[in-house]
Amino acid sequence: MSKNTITLIIDGTKVTVEEGTSILDAAKKVDIEIPTLCHHEDLCVAGNCRVCVVEEKGKNNLTASCAAPATEGMDILTSSPKVRRARKDIMALLVSEHNTQCTTCYRNTNCELQTLASDYNVDNDIYLSVLKNNTTIDKSSWSIEKDDSKCIRCQRCVRTCAEIQHVNALAVTHKGHEMKISTFMDFPMNEIVCTNCGQCIIHCPTAALTERRYYDDIWEAIDDPTKHVVVNTAPSVRVALGEMFDYEPGKIVTGKMVTALKKMGFDSVLDTDFSADLTIIEEANELLVRLKKAFVDKEEVALPMITSCSPGWVKFIEHMYPEHLGHLSTCKSPQQMFGSMVKTYYAEKKGIDPKDIVCVAGMPCAAKKYEANRPEMRDSGFQDIDAGLTTRELGHMIKQAGIKFQELPEENFDKIMGESSGAAVVFGATGGVMEAALRTAYAVITGRPVPFDNLNITPVRGMESIKEITIKFEDCVPEYSFLEGIEAKFGIAHGLTNARAIMDQIVEGKSPYVFIEIMACPGGCIGGGGQPIPTTDEIRKKRIEAIYAEDMGKPIRMSHENPEIKEIYESFLKVPLGEKSHHLLHTKYRKRKRY
Amino acid sequence: MVGTKELIKNLSVKHGIERKSLLPILQDIVEKENFLSNDSMIEVARILDISAAEVYGTASFFSFLDTEARGKYKIRVCKSITCDMKGKNETIKCIENILKIKVGETSKGGRFSLLETNCLGWCHKGPVMLVNDEVYTELTPEKIRETLSEYIREEK
Repeated sequence: MSKNTITLIIDGTKVTVEEGTSILDAAKKVDIEIPTLCHHEDLCVAGNCRVCVVEEKGKNNLTASCAAPATEGMDILTSSPKVRRARKDIMALLVSEHNTQCTTCYRNTNCELQTLASDYNVDNDIYLSVLKNNTTIDKSSWSIEKDDSKCIRCQRCVRTCAEIQHVNALAVTHKGHEMKISTFMDFPMNEIVCTNCGQCIIHCPTAALTERRYYDDIWEAIDDPTKHVVVNTAPSVRVALGEMFDYEPGKIVTGKMVTALKKMGFDSVLDTDFSADLTIIEEANELLVRLKKAFVDKEEVALPMITSCSPGWVKFIEHMYPEHLGHLSTCKSPQQMFGSMVKTYYAEKKGIDPKDIVCVAGMPCAAKKYEANRPEMRDSGFQDIDAGLTTRELGHMIKQAGIKFQELPEENFDKIMGESSGAAVVFGATGGVMEAALRTAYAVITGRPVPFDNLNITPVRGMESIKEITIKFEDCVPEYSFLEGIEAKFGIAHGLTNARAIMDQIVEGKSPYVFIEIMACPGGCIGGGGQPIPTTDEIRKKRIEAIYAEDMGKPIRMSHENPEIKEIYESFLKVPLGEKSHHLLHTKYRKRKRY
Repeated sequence: MVGTKELIKNLSVKHGIERKSLLPILQDIVEKENFLSNDSMIEVARILDISAAEVYGTASFFSFLDTEARGKYKIRVCKSITCDMKGKNETIKCIENILKIKVGETSKGGRFSLLETNCLGWCHKGPVMLVNDEVYTELTPEKIRETLSEYIREEK
C-alpha cells in the first residue's frame, strides 16, 4: 500500500482507512450514515452547515465529520445524545430561516432539508422564523429559477459553478445575516454569464434553484383540439426517467415512456434520436468540407471543429471565448433540428398547418429551454421548439396524469421522425457524438465500417475528464484520397472546466485535434441539469451503461443507414449542407459579455 | 473608461495578478475613483482571470468597498452593538436632520454620503463616526453639528 493507513473507532467498531480520509467517509465504510447538507461527493469540502457533527471521546467540542480527517486512535460517536441534540438544533436554525411552504414546493418529497427535518422531527417551537419576507423569485431566465427564501447558503451551487463548470456565475455576496448567493451586482439570471446548464439545480439540496417549469402550458396545448402537439424525447431521458418512478438507476424505460406520453394525449410521440442522426450527417459532412478546404484548397478554415449540440457549452464559448466562435460547428442541436423539421417537413407530410403544431422537447437539460427561445431558432417561420421540458418535469406530468408507470405496456415511437440508429442513442453519453460521427465519417471516407469490434469505439467512452483517440485513414475512397495515410486526433471533454482546458489549447494554437466533442455536463447529457435528483458518479455510470445497452439493441447502428434519414434527404433536404439544410439545420452564434 | 483601464493595469503591476491581489487592487481603485463601478469590477475580473461575480462577492463583503458612487465626504456611523447602545440611532437621526439625507443616500451636489459600517474598534468611546479617514468619538448632537458645519463651511 502506498499510503499510510489509520485505524480509528466509530461507534465501537474498528475502521482502517487511508490517511487523509474524512471521518464521514470512514463511517461510510462501516455502513454508518452521518447526515449531511453542504457536502456533495462531486464537490470540495465546505464544512459550513455543521449537520454532520460527531463527538470525539475526550473532546469538548463537536467536529464536522465531512471536513475533519480521521486520525489514529480516534474514538468517534456519531449518535450520542450530545450529537443528536446539536444536530436537531442546527437543523432547527436552518429551518427557522427557510421558507417552509413545503406543500407548494417543486422539490416537495425530494428535498434534503425536508428529509432531515422529518427524520429528526424538527419542530417549529425551538426558534421563531426569521425568514426574510421580501424575497422575490428570480424568474428572468428561460431555464433557471432562483428563490432565495429556500436557500440554506450551503454554497453547493457556488462550488458547482466554480469547480465543475468554471463559470462562477454565482458567488457568495454580502456578509453576516445579509449574506446570500448572488450574481454580479445582483443582476437577474438572464443578464449574466450563466450558461443555463442547470448543474446548480441538481446539486441544490432544496428548491432554491429549480428549472423554470412549462408543463402547464403543455397541458393547455394538449387540451386544445385545434393544436397538434408533438413531443420528442432525447436519448438520456429514457435511461433516467425510470428513477422518477422508483426504478433503479440505469433502467431503460423507452417503451413505457412512449406509452405514457401517448396516454397523456400527445398527438405524436417522436424521437430526438432521429434528428441526432440528422445532426451526424450534417456535422460529419461539415467536418469533411472543412478538412478538404484545409488540405486540398489550402484555405484558411477554423480547425479543430467543435460540436454544438450542448446549448450550455455553446453559451459558455459565446461568453468566454467570443473570438473563437468559428470553431463551433454551425449545426443546430438535435432538439432544434427536430423543431425546424417538424414545422416544415413533418407538417408538409402530415398536411398540417405548422401554425397549429406545438412542438415539445423532453430533455435531460435545463439549457434546452433557453436554446428553444433563442431568437436564431425560428427558421421554420415559427418558434421551432415551443417548449423544452426536463426529465423531472416529464416525470411530474406523468404523475399528474395518474399513470401507473411501472404497469405500462411498451410501445414504439410514431412514424415520420421516430426512427433512429444506435449512433443517435449514444449521443446521451460523453464521447457519444464523437462515436456516432466517427462511425459515419469513417464509412464515408473509406467505404468501410470503423475498425472496432461491433462498431464500439471504446476509447471515447467513460468518465475520464478529457479523452482522445487517433484514427488512421487508409484505403480511402477516391473523393477523400487527400486523407490517405493521415492520422487524425479527436478530443472529447465533458464539464465546462474540462472544456476550458481544451479551449485554452486552441487559443494558444496548440490544439492537436481536428474534431472535438464538448458537453457542458459531467458524463454528458445523462448527467444533465434536467435529470432526476440525485445525480452522482455512480448513477451517471449506470445511465451510461444503459445508453450503450440501448445502442447494442438497435438493428441499425450508423446514422447514415437510418431509412428515415435516407428518406428525408431524398424527398426534402436533397443533400447534406445543401440550400435547405443551410437554411433550416444550421445556425449562427453571437459574442457575449463575460460577467 | 480608458483612465480606469490604465489605472487597473498599473495596479495589477503594483499588486500582481494572483487571487490575493484582488483586495489591495479594489482598495486602491476606491481611493482613486471613489467607488467600484461595474466596468472597473469587470476589468479587474478580466485581468485576474476570475469571474465578475467573485469580484462583486468580495466588494460587497467589505463596507469600505463601495459599489455605487458616493459623495466627497463619506460619513460612516458605527452600527455595532456597543455604539448602538450608546446612541447610534440618535446620532444617525441628527446627521439626517442636518444634511437632509437618509442612510445610504448622497446629498445633492455629491458632497456627503451617510452610511453605516461595522465595528470601528472605538467601542470604549462610542458612539463614533468616520468622515473619510477621520474618526469622531463620543458623539453628541452638539459635537455632530460642530463637526459637520466645519465640513459644510469648508465646501463653500
